[in-house]
Amino acid sequence: MNIFSFDNTFEGLLTLVFESYRLKLFPDEILSGEGSQNVLFGSSITIGTNDQKAERVWNGIIAHSSEVNAHRIYRTFLSGQTDTPLLLVKFIRLIIDSNRNQETNFSEPVVVEVNKLHQKVCKEAHRVQMFVRFQKTIEDSYYASFAPMYDVLPLCIPHFKDRFADQLWIIYDLKRNYGFLYDLKNVTRVVFDELKVNPQNGQLHSSLLADDEKLFQQLWKQYYKSICILERKNPKVHRQLLPQRFWKYLPEKGVL
Amino acid sequence: MISESSLEKLKILAGAAKYDVSCASSGTKRSNVAGGIGNSAAWGICHSFTEDGRCISLMKIMLSNYCIYDCAYCINRKSNDIPRTSFTPDEVANLTIEFYRRNYIEGLFLSSGVLRSPDHTMEQLIGVAKKLRTEHRYFGYIHLKTIPGASPQLIAEAGRWADRLSVNIEIPSENNLKLLAPDKDFRSVLEPMKIISTGILEAKEERKHHRNAPSFSPAGQSTQLIIGATNDTDQTILKLSSALYLRRDLKRVYYSGYIPVNSYDSRLPALSAPPLRREHRLYQADWLLRFYGFRSDEIVNAENPNLDLELDPKVSWALRNPHLFPVDINKADPLMLLRVPGMGTHSVQLILMARQHNRLNSSHLKKMGVVMKRARYFITCNELRSQNIQDLKPEIVRQLLLEKKPVGNDGAVQLKLFHAVMPALKQ
Repeated sequence: MNIFSFDNTFEGLLTLVFESYRLKLFPDEILSGEGSQNVLFGSSITIGTNDQKAERVWNGIIAHSSEVNAHRIYRTFLSGQTDTPLLLVKFIRLIIDSNRNQETNFSEPVVVEVNKLHQKVCKEAHRVQMFVRFQKTIEDSYYASFAPMYDVLPLCIPHFKDRFADQLWIIYDLKRNYGFLYDLKNVTRVVFDELKVNPQNGQLHSSLLADDEKLFQQLWKQYYKSICILERKNPKVHRQLLPQRFWKYLPEKGVL
Repeated sequence: MISESSLEKLKILAGAAKYDVSCASSGTKRSNVAGGIGNSAAWGICHSFTEDGRCISLMKIMLSNYCIYDCAYCINRKSNDIPRTSFTPDEVANLTIEFYRRNYIEGLFLSSGVLRSPDHTMEQLIGVAKKLRTEHRYFGYIHLKTIPGASPQLIAEAGRWADRLSVNIEIPSENNLKLLAPDKDFRSVLEPMKIISTGILEAKEERKHHRNAPSFSPAGQSTQLIIGATNDTDQTILKLSSALYLRRDLKRVYYSGYIPVNSYDSRLPALSAPPLRREHRLYQADWLLRFYGFRSDEIVNAENPNLDLELDPKVSWALRNPHLFPVDINKADPLMLLRVPGMGTHSVQLILMARQHNRLNSSHLKKMGVVMKRARYFITCNELRSQNIQDLKPEIVRQLLLEKKPVGNDGAVQLKLFHAVMPALKQ
């Protein structure tokens, strides 16, 4: 059994593909993260990430399929599931080993799998755009906490940058402990050691909130309540569309 | 400006607007311009969902719920004794911006009761949109309601500031509309629609020649029909929708199951619950019109004037046309694939791509998301044929499909157990 391990970066995964073609040895199992898992039997091949090798694989994917497909692979990688790297290696092999573009061959289970996972990642990114809620701070900037299922924050940044171009904002991923800060010009990645945020509902400490922030949250809650038609109540559909895991960050669903 | 007192107003005016079901924020793609706020995403974004399962995309609100009209089906009719209030244009603009900056909403959907005259009301609505676009440099989505009877000049002006305009027809046939809404007639509703659709076409043509020509209601126009307040059949309704899509180029027709807000009015039927299942079937039929290449007379016609509540309209159509099936998945024309029950636009796309690589069998189809429990009776694929509609006859397929999906508790269906729904109006 061939066991590979890599540093759990996208470039690392592409390097892994490069190395397996060079060694003519393809993984049956892939371990991500360094030294986190011990291999009981046999030894694992550790891959050192190499940007040049990664780029060659990236270009190879584009040459054998399309740029859209290469980006699809990147976004699917962001799902961060334990079996994703192996799935993607299989998919990349299918693409590279065929003379005909296989990205639309939905009779191949791997292609369907990758597309399904890709769709899930995109949906989660879309949900960040839907359910992020900013709180206005005393410094007139806007802060939002979120904890997406997959690491999709980077995919959403262009949207927020365009939309909220004239306000300072921070979107912070509480689950992965990093976020993005926009300073009216650029977006930078930030990590806060000490964040005055209530992890229960993502709310900033009240001493940091702008004077009228609570009022607008109240107004929003009132709006949310008034716009519902009680005669049509449908809790099942409600939960499908607005999964419970998001409720704690939404002022309209949470208890303030 | 915005204070505690706005809470009460918001409660009344959002409550007054909630029966309008339109919520779409799609159809315009516009980037922010330096220093401004907001953009529009072409696909639209919902920001929350109410407990009745509808999305909140736009802040849907009435500028005022005072009204000089007395439409029987409307909560805001002048003869109702309800709390009345109005927002100032500044209040609405500020509230929109504040909500927008917090990512609560995708934009504004502004409507109003008719104050003094249609023109006066229309001017008020335009005022808010103009304020947002010019004073606040707001580039997000704006949907304005066009007041029936407003003058063409005002409609033209509204189209310059708004992303979408809509005029609600509400009642699908003219005689019923006149009975229930004595202040309105079809002309006052259809005339603005015509003006809007001409405006949209002209602006599109103009923009082909000059890139910076002003846009006119770029996300198109929509309308709403109330379902179940009159004895109009689904045939009347879908014929109207289909004509609106084809001739007026509407983006959406919304269907709103009638909620008995004015139960004292004897012109209206007594419903124990809104006809939600019928509304759902109408939406399905509407999708068939817009995305599946169906004509309205294929879905409902003189022999079947109403949609089958137990089966979706595509299945009903297929059962009436057994001679067209089974369809060979590996060879059939794309338009025919779209007509197979259990297959949607997405799965058809996947099939078309995949069949260039391989011959497909039922396990492939299942993985691609085809609902095999419906599709199986209508297709053949690359494997031994199973029993299809030709072997089983439509009546038996119908029974088989019904057994799998029992009809749930639905107010509209339940009602029939006790007494037949008496149509409020005689044709």
